[in-house]
Amino acid sequence: MAHSVAAVQPAAAQAAPEQTLSMNLGPQHPACHGTLRFKIELDGETIRACDPEIGFLHTGFEKLGEYRSYNQFVVVTDRANYLSPLNNNIGYAIACEELFQVEVPPRGQYVRMAMAELSRIADHIVCVGLQAMDLGAFSVMLWAFIEREKMYDVFEAVTGARLTTSWTRVGGIFRDVPEDFPDLVRAVTSKLPPVLAETEYMLSKNKIFKDRTVGIGTLTKEQALSFGVTGPVLRACGVPYDVRRARPYLAYDKVDFEIPIRTEGDVYSRFLVRQEEMRQSLKIIEQCLANLPSGPVCSVDHKVALPPKDLVYHDMESLIHHFKIVMPGHGIAPPEGEVYSCTEVPNGELGFYLVSDGTGLPYRVRIRPPSFYNHQTFSAQVKGRMLSDAVAILSSMNTIAGELDR
Amino acid sequence: MNAPAESAPGLKSGDAGFITTRLQALKEWGRRNSLWPMPFGTACCAIEMMATLSSRYDLARFGAEVIRFSPRQSDLMIVSGRISIKMMPVLIDIYNQMPEPKWCISMGACASSGGVFDTYTLVQGVDQFIPVDVYIPGCPPRPESLVDAVMLIQEKIKRGERQTKLYDRTTHPLDFEPVALVSDAVQAPPALTGSHHSLPNKDAQTARELDWNTAANIARREGKALPLGSG
Amino acid sequence: MSFDFEKLQRAVRERFDSEVLEWTVFREQHCLHLAPERIVDVLRFLRDEPAFNFAMLTDVTALDHLKLPASMEHWARERFAVVYHLNSLEHGARLRVKAYVPEEPCEIDSVSGVWASANWGEREVFDMYGIVFRGHPDLRRILTPDHFDGHPLRKDYPLKGRGERDNFPKYTEIPERG
Repeated sequence: MAHSVAAVQPAAAQAAPEQTLSMNLGPQHPACHGTLRFKIELDGETIRACDPEIGFLHTGFEKLGEYRSYNQFVVVTDRANYLSPLNNNIGYAIACEELFQVEVPPRGQYVRMAMAELSRIADHIVCVGLQAMDLGAFSVMLWAFIEREKMYDVFEAVTGARLTTSWTRVGGIFRDVPEDFPDLVRAVTSKLPPVLAETEYMLSKNKIFKDRTVGIGTLTKEQALSFGVTGPVLRACGVPYDVRRARPYLAYDKVDFEIPIRTEGDVYSRFLVRQEEMRQSLKIIEQCLANLPSGPVCSVDHKVALPPKDLVYHDMESLIHHFKIVMPGHGIAPPEGEVYSCTEVPNGELGFYLVSDGTGLPYRVRIRPPSFYNHQTFSAQVKGRMLSDAVAILSSMNTIAGELDR
Repeated sequence: MNAPAESAPGLKSGDAGFITTRLQALKEWGRRNSLWPMPFGTACCAIEMMATLSSRYDLARFGAEVIRFSPRQSDLMIVSGRISIKMMPVLIDIYNQMPEPKWCISMGACASSGGVFDTYTLVQGVDQFIPVDVYIPGCPPRPESLVDAVMLIQEKIKRGERQTKLYDRTTHPLDFEPVALVSDAVQAPPALTGSHHSLPNKDAQTARELDWNTAANIARREGKALPLGSG
Repeated sequence: MSFDFEKLQRAVRERFDSEVLEWTVFREQHCLHLAPERIVDVLRFLRDEPAFNFAMLTDVTALDHLKLPASMEHWARERFAVVYHLNSLEHGARLRVKAYVPEEPCEIDSVSGVWASANWGEREVFDMYGIVFRGHPDLRRILTPDHFDGHPLRKDYPLKGRGERDNFPKYTEIPERG
């Protein structure tokens, strides 16, 4: 099962009185998405203990944040969760806006919301695909990537990049969306429901898939709350907690959507929650596109947000603002203080804790990654289970090493 | 018999339905059209690598779709993503486990140079520690770039070029002990729980034994006044 | 449904008056500043009291006050502050709790017995800041390698490290055989 580094250590197995086998899974293993590693104590094929080891992708985001200005740090947030970078961009921008106290105009909010939901679908669909792939259904992963490629086209048209979008700025978005934005998005979303239905039909009627997911990796509500679990994993345990509802940001209080929950808390219910969430996201996108306001997408407070380029060329004041924001040593600076702001990204609650010392560089940037707290439950979930269940559980949590290790 | 469309050097097709070639040319032809990649995917680039392998870009067109997660069955390593100091020993191990001949693609800015992350934990270019044949710029590179890199590797094999950087294993042991850090060579504590191979270590050291660099210690060492709040 | 922070403040001050250093509000976010001695009691009270019911510990992190500007010196009661973000799902309220930890001894009690989520959160704070959590079940480094020296998020640790990232055996090229 385990490839790469030191698969088994016979000496340790012999020394242990209770005939357990120490096994190493990862960090380079097909079922370990990214760079996760588990030290597992096996009794036969039953897992007696599991110690997840993380940090193989530790990049120093938080340290780097202290040396980058507020707008520069957006680039780093892309690389935290590379399955849904747009959600991270938006989450960070919202945290900054709370610190700076700037308002984003309605159009900016709706456009952000539509893109965030599209990105959520792109994340969930790949997660479901990988979950199926790990359990032997390779075609679902290929279907997922067909759809994801179409979404990449939209991202590219809107943000200029497929993956590392760096789309938001403090106070808005760096440029308005293309004129045919609603058509672009609808071209993708209109094709999605049949794909979702087909995926669900293929998996929820599939004996192999159900045997390996139903009743596996069960978390109770109390456990989940105590571990700080958020996102689909928490909602699969029966807690209707969603930051979009609990602490509405953007314009989520103006759109109509439901929070799907299940009560079983197992791997299968996480799959169902994700499926339903994608349908809800489609609903939100449609509402955003139907009610897309006109106007600017970026704040008109030009002490924080860059003024439009044509104004910079013709208007003295705008030129000064532009200069002040762009030149090193000036830049935008919030008042002294601290802010914790959170948004709902596909994996759960993404928080940013920003401490400002009144200069252009943050004093402290803390990213509260959902994966970090979700992944912590892994050892509780696999204990007493079979080794093959570990793979199913891992892929159902959609742990992203980038935000896990930062 | 349908002769291969792109001919290896010295490959001649005869009218009577046979081809003649040197065995070496045939071997290289086979080798370059059936690369088995070992995806060392860690971060964002791994997602683009998956996209390359999936439907739209379909690396199978170049014969390189047989992803092997076991290094012993592969001959092309694709290092895609950031490599941290914790991951680097693993990368070296896995590279050493791959059988010769082998090639290596360094995909993306982070693997090639550290990219935007000039931080304490990120290796600034894997080519310092393992030989790299093709670098792909971009953060992350588009799938087309990866396809291009695979084609460059194929070109390289076709030219019969050996790896430009031959690799001396004797100076690069499979298992090495972490050496003392550069700046704190004198005061560095001993390696705490052994090498990266160590499996579950029951007697983890108590935290009190750690002798970390408190600001007071550093200030004392450097002969400076004690910093704020050090009481 | 708005949460009554006044009531919360009164209740905390009533029970733990000697512990509460300050109560601040910035951008409508409430922050409770505490002395570190009875941190477990205070947090357990916040979790268990039905009127508040902070069932979820969203995040544990820390702050190093070493390089604060002079205008913010009142923040630096001690060198470090451990920052807890609590979330009350039932009441829709969030609270930030800061406990101040001196550099020597750099210790505070662990709250991993109150919320399971504190386990890894505190390990990360230990790894990044070197703050020791007394009574933590498994206090090891989590993100950096076991043999790592230093605590990277301390303000006196350089961004580019102390040479750890170059600390691997370099490969040597050998001349091509003919």
